[in-house]
Amino acid sequence: MSVLKLENVTMQFGGVIANNNLNIDVENGKIVALIGPNGAGKTTTFNVVTGVYQPTKGNVYYNGEKINGLLPDKITKKGIARTFQNIRLFSKLTVLENILIANHLHIKSDFLSSTVRMPWARKEEKAMREKSEMLLNKLGLLHLKNETSSSLPYGEQRKLEIARALATDAKLLLLDEPAAGMNPSETEQLANFIHSIRDEFNLTIFMIEHHMDLVMKISDKIYVLDFGQLIAEGTADEVKNNPKVIEAYLGVEEDA
Amino acid sequence: MTFQTFLQQLANGISLGSLYALIAIGYTMVYGILRLINFAHGDIFMMAAYFMVFSVVNFGLPWYIASIIVILATVALGVLLEKAAYSTLRDAPRMSIMISAIGASFLLENLATYLFTGVPKGFPNIAILTKSVSIAGVSLSVATMITPVVTIVLLYVVMFITNKTKIGMAMRAVSKDFETARLMGININRVISSTFVIGSALAAVGAILWGSKYPSVMPLMGVMPGLKCFIAAVLGGIGNTAGAVLGGFILGMAEILLVSFLPSLTGYRDAIAFVILIVVLLVKPTGLLGEKVTDKV
Amino acid sequence: MMKNTNMNENKMSKKTKLILNIISLIVFAVLITLLDKRVIGDSYVRRVLNTSAVYAIVAVSMNLINGFTGLFSLGQAGFMALGAYVVAIFTVPVGLRPSIFYVIKQNPVLAQIELPFFVALILGGLLAAFVAILIGIPVLRLKSDYLAIATLGFSEIIRIVITNIQPITNGALGINRIPEMPTMWIFFGILILSVIFIKLLIDSSYGRAFKAIREDDIAAEAMGINLFKHKVLSFAIGAFFAGIGGGLYASLLGSVVPNSFNIPMTYNFLLIIVLGGMGSVSGTIISSFVVTSGLEVLRFFDDKLTIGGVVIPIFRPGFRMVIFSALLMILVLFFRNGILGQKELSWDLIRGKFLRKKSDKRGAA
Repeated sequence: MSVLKLENVTMQFGGVIANNNLNIDVENGKIVALIGPNGAGKTTTFNVVTGVYQPTKGNVYYNGEKINGLLPDKITKKGIARTFQNIRLFSKLTVLENILIANHLHIKSDFLSSTVRMPWARKEEKAMREKSEMLLNKLGLLHLKNETSSSLPYGEQRKLEIARALATDAKLLLLDEPAAGMNPSETEQLANFIHSIRDEFNLTIFMIEHHMDLVMKISDKIYVLDFGQLIAEGTADEVKNNPKVIEAYLGVEEDA
Repeated sequence: MTFQTFLQQLANGISLGSLYALIAIGYTMVYGILRLINFAHGDIFMMAAYFMVFSVVNFGLPWYIASIIVILATVALGVLLEKAAYSTLRDAPRMSIMISAIGASFLLENLATYLFTGVPKGFPNIAILTKSVSIAGVSLSVATMITPVVTIVLLYVVMFITNKTKIGMAMRAVSKDFETARLMGININRVISSTFVIGSALAAVGAILWGSKYPSVMPLMGVMPGLKCFIAAVLGGIGNTAGAVLGGFILGMAEILLVSFLPSLTGYRDAIAFVILIVVLLVKPTGLLGEKVTDKV
Repeated sequence: MMKNTNMNENKMSKKTKLILNIISLIVFAVLITLLDKRVIGDSYVRRVLNTSAVYAIVAVSMNLINGFTGLFSLGQAGFMALGAYVVAIFTVPVGLRPSIFYVIKQNPVLAQIELPFFVALILGGLLAAFVAILIGIPVLRLKSDYLAIATLGFSEIIRIVITNIQPITNGALGINRIPEMPTMWIFFGILILSVIFIKLLIDSSYGRAFKAIREDDIAAEAMGINLFKHKVLSFAIGAFFAGIGGGLYASLLGSVVPNSFNIPMTYNFLLIIVLGGMGSVSGTIISSFVVTSGLEVLRFFDDKLTIGGVVIPIFRPGFRMVIFSALLMILVLFFRNGILGQKELSWDLIRGKFLRKKSDKRGAA
């Protein structure tokens, strides 16, 4: 069953076509990768899915429901959460606060009862904290909960950003270059981490990545984007041997 | 209302509009390059008016020599302002830079009150500008008539500088992409200073013409024109020089027409600009001639 | 690890802190009561302190919008004006109205209505919040500097409208004979309540959402936070307290004129929150008292100063405001974090500062 479906999505900025007529299908429970050279339009695709941009043409469906036209926060409420290419944590706030903020979208108490600490609001806040600490515990970040998030080592910041996305109770996770700037052993750990959270939280994962070994290792399906066009799709082996993909990557693969 | 009065008001509107336009160019150029509302620009304008008062009244200089001195002094003040209040905060958070701009404006106003007292000073009477000329039954001062001409000429000069000269090319590069321009070896500080030079010079010319029409010089005289001219720049499309002039004209016309057609609303004269601002920001935030900018995520 | 042990050394036990808190509260209460009962201080001191308290309310409300939510709003003077005028219009005894509205008669309906102070005060706050929502709907979609100019513009529009609706506001002549408050506790009591409310709000889930918007609005939106709703909420609550502050200001002065609520008024609050620390409630309160009493102390700058028969020429009217605005510049250029930055005042912080100074001295010796 498809969780996320892009139907003929075109995104145009003035004369620049960043995404041209994309058709992408992300199936439930799978890890799907979107790869391509720099400037191919991958992040644009994420921005279209998460509502940052409205597609010029085409539609985006989440569990069969059209979501393009909705604001980013509404899309997150439906169950899609993301991370960013260049980490966007709430850097001056603590690790726990970062997670708590991602819990806010489901809050039931209104601001007044929250402020004056009505019994039900207190209960909700307590539940929120417990849930957040449980999540941090599961991901091995609990011991850092009172640290300022910008003081965390790079790898932990990436992990926290994923944790924060999970805290929204998302079922579809969009990871924008989660392994950027990581060495091979860190990348290996990240691969295991992504795998384990997928299983533990029943997630579907759609990710942009440059580390080919990571992509080849954990993806169930790969889409290849070049100059805004999808040039190939399929399993790791199918994509690896596709002549168009080799051409697009020629000379680029080294530093990828 | 007779046809004559209508023509008279029309001329007043165009004239006021061109004054706004002169000041608005300074806002739009600084904004284009620094992405900063130069809150102190209106106060630079005010200081220019005081410089004129001192050169002519206190030092007894003829108006044409005084004008040159005023322009030079205003330019020096503008560049000094940039060096003191803005250049040190180049990499600071946006809110700090804006607070610095507000602080600079506030400081200039208070300094003027302290040095020149709050009592209005009379602007020197430049006979050649205040002389009244009658055309087709409409009586206008020379200042009113030449202001639009001066504005258009200066607009062409500014457009020539930005489009045809080397420094102008650097300005355009910086306004397109600050970081890349810096990496490409463009001397950012020189570009920014040049922007302040042009903006301040135009404000000085504006002040001289303004004083000939409204001959009362006060420490807070720059506040309202300052805000309105920023609005004119937004209306025309911030960052766009011709847009600033267009915005200035529209604003000046709107104001004069309101006062002459709906005299009962004269008290709300200063509110129109803000109403226009809100409408523009809602309907077409990029302004009449502005380009669309997309935020990068 | 090193960091942790250090921190533990600097921490006091909860009990010590509780005792210190109680002691300072008692000292505070006794001081205010003594002042209030005219045992210590004179009417001038009382007036300065009351003004500081009122300014603190408005400054904290402005910090909620600017320092905690990251919206660069310059509309505080306008919201204050609304609160001040509601109190002025409805609390002046009906019998005195004709002598105030002597040029243009007051609207016959309004001329009959007289409300108790607290009702009018709350009404003023609510009106400010309501207007803030109306203004917020169009302008809060704007980015930082546009928002600044638009809020400044609206604040001016409010002032212009007040000047022009004479039958309601008496126009530029203003309204006087506003009943005075019998005790300082009204100002300080409302200050305490407002601060507690705003602090609780900031520490609630909604407050965290505000801070998220301040830190990174794009990430906040991606985490499901409705930017618009939360910005309007913060803006309206900030306006509510500015309105309350305005109402108190009106009764403190006994009269209102539209020109009190001009742009420099907002700049005054801007200086206070920059000095106290954008994002620090306690810093804002401290700085409200420092700036307000500082401006009073600096009054001697405006008077002629003669030392040994020589008149020092720089001391004359206006010098005070020059110092004041130069201070704002120096602050933002060199001490951008103000007194407390985004921290709050705590015993640990005081102790930490104290210990560090000591150890610095030891290190030097």
